[in-house]
Amino acid sequence: MLNIIKKIFTTGVVTEPVKFPTDNELEQLGITLKQRIDKKFNGSIAIRQVDAGSCNGCELEIHALNNPYYDIERFGIHFVASPRHADVLLVTGPVSRHMQTALLRTYDATPNPKWVVAVGDCAACGGEFGVSYASCGAVSNVIPVDVTIPGCPPTPLALMKGLLGLMG
Amino acid sequence: MSDTNWTNEFLALLGIAGITVEPIHVPSMVQGGQKILWQVDSDDWQRFSQYAKAQGLRWVAGWAEQVPGKGPFFVNACFEKQGLYILLRTIIGEQKPQLLTQANVYPAANRSERHTQDMFGIHFVGHEDNRRWTRHQAWDKHSHPLRKDFPVQGSPETVTPPDMDYPFIKAHGAGVYEIPVGPVHAGIIEPGHFRFQAVGELILNLEERLGYVHKGIEKIAEGRTPESLARLAGRVSGDTTVGHAWAACMAMEQAASVTIPPRAALLRGIYAERERIANHLGDMGAICNDVAFTFAQMQFTRLREVWLRTNAKVFGHRLLMDSIVPGGVANDLTHEDSNSIRQELAVLRKELSEVVNAVDLNSSLEDRLYTAGFLSQELAAAFGALGYVGRASGQHFDARHDAAYPPYDQVKVKVATENQGDIASRFWVRHKEINASLKLIEHFLQQLEPGDIVSPWQTPKSGSEGLGIVEGWRGEIVTFVRFDDHNQIARFYPRDPSQLNWPTLEKLVLNNIVPDFPVCNKSVNGSYSGNDL
Repeated sequence: MLNIIKKIFTTGVVTEPVKFPTDNELEQLGITLKQRIDKKFNGSIAIRQVDAGSCNGCELEIHALNNPYYDIERFGIHFVASPRHADVLLVTGPVSRHMQTALLRTYDATPNPKWVVAVGDCAACGGEFGVSYASCGAVSNVIPVDVTIPGCPPTPLALMKGLLGLMG
Repeated sequence: MSDTNWTNEFLALLGIAGITVEPIHVPSMVQGGQKILWQVDSDDWQRFSQYAKAQGLRWVAGWAEQVPGKGPFFVNACFEKQGLYILLRTIIGEQKPQLLTQANVYPAANRSERHTQDMFGIHFVGHEDNRRWTRHQAWDKHSHPLRKDFPVQGSPETVTPPDMDYPFIKAHGAGVYEIPVGPVHAGIIEPGHFRFQAVGELILNLEERLGYVHKGIEKIAEGRTPESLARLAGRVSGDTTVGHAWAACMAMEQAASVTIPPRAALLRGIYAERERIANHLGDMGAICNDVAFTFAQMQFTRLREVWLRTNAKVFGHRLLMDSIVPGGVANDLTHEDSNSIRQELAVLRKELSEVVNAVDLNSSLEDRLYTAGFLSQELAAAFGALGYVGRASGQHFDARHDAAYPPYDQVKVKVATENQGDIASRFWVRHKEINASLKLIEHFLQQLEPGDIVSPWQTPKSGSEGLGIVEGWRGEIVTFVRFDDHNQIARFYPRDPSQLNWPTLEKLVLNNIVPDFPVCNKSVNGSYSGNDL
């Protein structure tokens, strides 16, 4: 136990006093994001992430949003376990044909008003996989998309900027 | 280096059994290490596997290919013993193609044969489980996407219906109930379906239904250039972008008789070990998180983030995508950067030991991780478990050690093992592997001499083939490539280690409680995308 407490105190809070130059940008971005979320969504938005056929690269970076450096929850953005609880669907991957119905049903299960963010090059335009017997390509070929965040995969900062686009 | 004498003894045994083996000399494949190609008559396909099993060969991978223009099928199975790989091949006609199954001899071949059956329409006679596997409802059962006459666009419906009527195994009895999970899961993870039968909280049976992220990777690879294939391979499984790109490039380089410069080999080694460390850090945190030990999750994700930022700063990409190209690498390392990486190694080593000390002494974590998710050595061997899953259950194979390729042939790779077979063992193997990888990166940095980082490409002869074998962070990756005319890919088959590790999850969760499934799953952490292709 002492080890844990010692490590917690010696680690300190990495979220705020950050040494990386990009983190000024991060903080700036977060505050703008929070202001817009406050205004438009009354304080917070709930995101349901759906992998509709991704290679798992985008998922790794979406995960990173929850690490102590980005700690995206402090800006009022949190990930929920069900589309029933969500304002926003964050969809990755080209939509594989085997996931098409699952994605449509997830979309239908999300209450209105709802927004769809297509994350990554594959979700934006089909990426390396395109349209084929196995892939529907871009997310917009299957459900309406409000914002796309390109990148292969988009970095956590790009994801935050992209979410800002949703609020704009 | 391995002792290859066993092949003579094995050939003699096969000869006595009346199995005629025709060794085929493929110059390109010999260049890349210890591999031999044997061709047998299709009638001997199953019998060969029986003798292979008796001889102690490990089943590694299986795939087929079709000769263009409604030609016959080549069916391949790859075996390994003591670091020597045997690529077994048989040729069967296009009319009613069928073979006796090897899956009743090697359980590891089960899903691979079902995949080949779906994709090529080659029937494996005597297979105990003839249900579809990769195919859901995107194409009908009489079409086979990897046949040459199947167009890449297929003829899909506007909305592909769900695969409603897949015949899952049923359980009946008082108090037995079913829990269907997925394909859309509660967390930020890939899609797949799990069907549990449980009594109370106890798991009686688990059946995996994968294939949801099948993106037609093998089909859309056909006709690509080497550069384009390297990019696609880097997206077979996004967390293994280095491993898959390396295996694909290694296979292409063999086929084209291109030797990469020593500096490129060392840089590939550095990328691969950096990828291993990044993923192991993520997994160790996630395993702790799945038993609500948030302290470790926060610490490990913090260390992972710092590590990825270095990747971005030094190599231009957080996950190192597209760093490996045919003939070498795309990103060099400056002297200053290699110094800063060296310093970072020391910092991570110290930080890791502090976090791990805190984790090691925690009794509530011990309660959850020890004895949970037990995989016996026998089952691990039967399924050919790889990487940390195998190495926590007595399967010590590591391609970097047993079938070493540059740059691992110049260093001593210490294979990390544990022997309890539980979640804790898989956790501690990862920890040991991080420390071993830190040492390897240090060695590789020391050995870096100035020089080229990419060799000029030369167009391979039509029909030339290569087999790339790389130890990815999940375990051994085996990738087959064949070229067509004009530098174009005719066949690409990447075998991710997940294909062999996924079935072990069905076994290791038995008699655990349903709430422990997430941590059992995370301790294996199979790739859905790498499995479904």
